[in-house]
Amino acid sequence: MRALRGGSSRYSIFALARNALSYHENWQKAWRSPEPKPEYDVIIVGGGGHGLATAYYLASVHGIKNIAVVEKGWIGGGNTGRNTTIIRSNYLWDESAGIYEHALKLWEGMSQELNFNVMFSQRGVLTLAHSEHELKEMRRRVEAIRLNGIDSEVMSPAQIKQLVPIIDTNPGIRYPVMGGFIQRRGGTARHDAVAWGYARAADDLGVDIIQNCEVTDILRDGGKVIGIATNRGTIKAKKVGVVTAGHSGVVASMAGLNLPIDSRPLQALVSEPIKPCIDTVVMSNAVHMYISQSDKGELVFGAGVDAYNSYSQRGSLPTVEGLLAAAVELYPIVSRLRVLRTWGGIVDTCPDASPIISKTPVDGLYFNCGWGTGGFKATPGSGHVFADLIAKDEPNAIAAPFSLKRFETGYLIDEHGAAGVAH
Amino acid sequence: MLQITCPWCGPRDDNEFHYGGEAHILRPLTPENLSDGEWAEYLFLKQNAKGPFLERWSHSAGCRQWFNVVRNTATDEIIEIYPMGALPKSAEGIKAYEGNWRRQSAAEKNAKAGVSGT
Repeated sequence: MRALRGGSSRYSIFALARNALSYHENWQKAWRSPEPKPEYDVIIVGGGGHGLATAYYLASVHGIKNIAVVEKGWIGGGNTGRNTTIIRSNYLWDESAGIYEHALKLWEGMSQELNFNVMFSQRGVLTLAHSEHELKEMRRRVEAIRLNGIDSEVMSPAQIKQLVPIIDTNPGIRYPVMGGFIQRRGGTARHDAVAWGYARAADDLGVDIIQNCEVTDILRDGGKVIGIATNRGTIKAKKVGVVTAGHSGVVASMAGLNLPIDSRPLQALVSEPIKPCIDTVVMSNAVHMYISQSDKGELVFGAGVDAYNSYSQRGSLPTVEGLLAAAVELYPIVSRLRVLRTWGGIVDTCPDASPIISKTPVDGLYFNCGWGTGGFKATPGSGHVFADLIAKDEPNAIAAPFSLKRFETGYLIDEHGAAGVAH
Repeated sequence: MLQITCPWCGPRDDNEFHYGGEAHILRPLTPENLSDGEWAEYLFLKQNAKGPFLERWSHSAGCRQWFNVVRNTATDEIIEIYPMGALPKSAEGIKAYEGNWRRQSAAEKNAKAGVSGT
């Protein structure tokens, strides 16, 4: 196991025992709360998982030490804390396979690398087919995925019933289970822990994490970035990376840019906690519903995006109703459960359902956005390649296809089929 | 949930409606003059406003008529509903219409460049 470079004490069984003797009152703070300095080499706007990962890799891989992450609320308080924590890399196109598999490999070593338990659980992600057509498309996708060296296999309804006993595989239901495919290396992780783990590791490497600091303007001189204006004063920097999912359009307009993005609410809900009844993740594109069980026992349900643009962080009831109708039909036991809470996050939906990791027409201004409904799974890979882009000012082979230029060249990466949720 | 007042049928829940995205997007009338960048601007770039936003809705499960709406996307408040082909009359709607970058876009300039029917 690699030691953290900053040198603060590591989490271990001995640290646990030592701190138990002082009633757990003397644990060190996981990260500092510094005042913003007047100038940094790089400013990352957005303290979610992607932004904190970017700062961590800028410091750990590229050796840049003078970095600030500015966050308008608290770290991990946006979409990082609102998603349904699902991780997979079973995408159709080579470009997507490149970035999502890069991320999945980083997930597999993340708890060790950060010395922070992100509770990554490779419980498998199963996607259902509800029609002949969907099943055929799925077979094609499985072959494409396997050609990229990623695990994936088609399952019959009988195999699905064995893996997920609570599912109704009766062919008479409205959207019968015709088959499915599973990525066994997929799974879930503790979303808050991802933000906290990256924050602690980045802070350890000298990154200033500045919370309650809202960006009000992107300062430019000619066609070049010179810093940002915030509610805590002006901060100078030659490079600014923007990772503000949901509000990318708002921040882009501060720099006079328009992005190919519509911001939409995406909803999720959890049931009351029950005994373990499902030990995998099951997605279903046709009925826009997916389900998993959290470690606390709650069933976690994800819905599709709402049909209209909104920044209200709440969605409409018909979307929840559609999700629950599908859930009750596929998993009859959930009809007796109470819904504990529902919520919405605002996601950046792109015309081709693929992200944007790109330089912009403004020199020194970089955007990482457009992850739509599936950004959480990409957190480490996204941060890793975005840090690379910011440090070198040129995209690497993984990030290059996701540039803004693709909307001009027409080289779109159309992943509506594999995005999992209707856009 | 939104409650939208269809100009023909009265107030109904939003699941009776179909969303048509941003309103007043002008199709380039001389497409042969457009560069790849200008095409990308017309096809893909979005206003995506936080605040008053001009958009189109269709009462697809009712009278099936299209109409325009001024809605505040930060609060989901519906400010004004007005017919297709008309311009907004509310102060917020007029401000949103005039402040929209598409009013100065390549498509708009192209349309004004002496082409009939504008």
